[in-house]
Amino acid sequence: MITLSHYLVLSAILFCIGLVGILRRKNLLMLFFATEMLLNAVNIGFAAISKYYMDLTGQLFAFFIIAIAASEVAVGLGLLIIWYKRVGSIDLDTMQSMHG
Amino acid sequence: MIEAIAFYTFATLTIAMFTITVMSKNALYAMSALAAGMIFISGFFFLLDADFLGVVQIIVYTGAVMALYAFGMMFFDSTKDVKENNTSNKVVFLLSGMSALLLVVIFVAPIISDKVQALYPMKEGIGNAEAVGIVLFTKYLVPFEVAAVMLLVAMISGIIMASKRMDESLTLKDDDEIQEKAVQ
Repeated sequence: MITLSHYLVLSAILFCIGLVGILRRKNLLMLFFATEMLLNAVNIGFAAISKYYMDLTGQLFAFFIIAIAASEVAVGLGLLIIWYKRVGSIDLDTMQSMHG
Repeated sequence: MIEAIAFYTFATLTIAMFTITVMSKNALYAMSALAAGMIFISGFFFLLDADFLGVVQIIVYTGAVMALYAFGMMFFDSTKDVKENNTSNKVVFLLSGMSALLLVVIFVAPIISDKVQALYPMKEGIGNAEAVGIVLFTKYLVPFEVAAVMLLVAMISGIIMASKRMDESLTLKDDDEIQEKAVQ
């Protein structure tokens, strides 16, 4: 029998895979992928809580998260394209302008 | 029984796909694995009786977001191997392992969960899409409109930012010219 804890543990595992991606990637496009994974992992948790507590609020929050993710991608990719045109690389290291 | 089989199958596939996304050196492989992972996640939503959410996941994530990434990738050099951050793997895995443990403890601890009451309970005899619509257009109407305006703003800003200086080709130029551009 699959309980709520199964889904929440899965959600935590996926969240942490995304966290590993954020910590070890240097390429900004890959960082965006990892961000999408974080948002999706949270969505699974919301949908699972929505089912096991018989409450629709979780699903509605998941919808708003999807809307936020979609707009984040649109704006972020636009900025990334401008940056690539100016610098010729999307590595995170090229973004530091202060040399401390 | 069928639920358990489906859950474990999808869980294994999703974790495998996301691991490929995180570990792969090729940007194209990472994107394809991410798209597959999104599709498998929609399987969880169907399993959880959130049919509408599952359909939205497929349409928005795999249809729109992934297509956007694929188009964005044409601007970048995606055949080149991705350089990794040079922090040591030990630190990364220790940090994420500890946060995984913390998250599991938080989720499994039954402190608050006993007092949770359904704010908008699901009614019998109403389909999922219908129930979501009823709640979305009554209780969550203002956030829905705000989200619509936010998507409009994001669309306009995306078009303006991506279309700037689109007539100049980056691949046909020498590196020196691009460097000159960067200096200006």
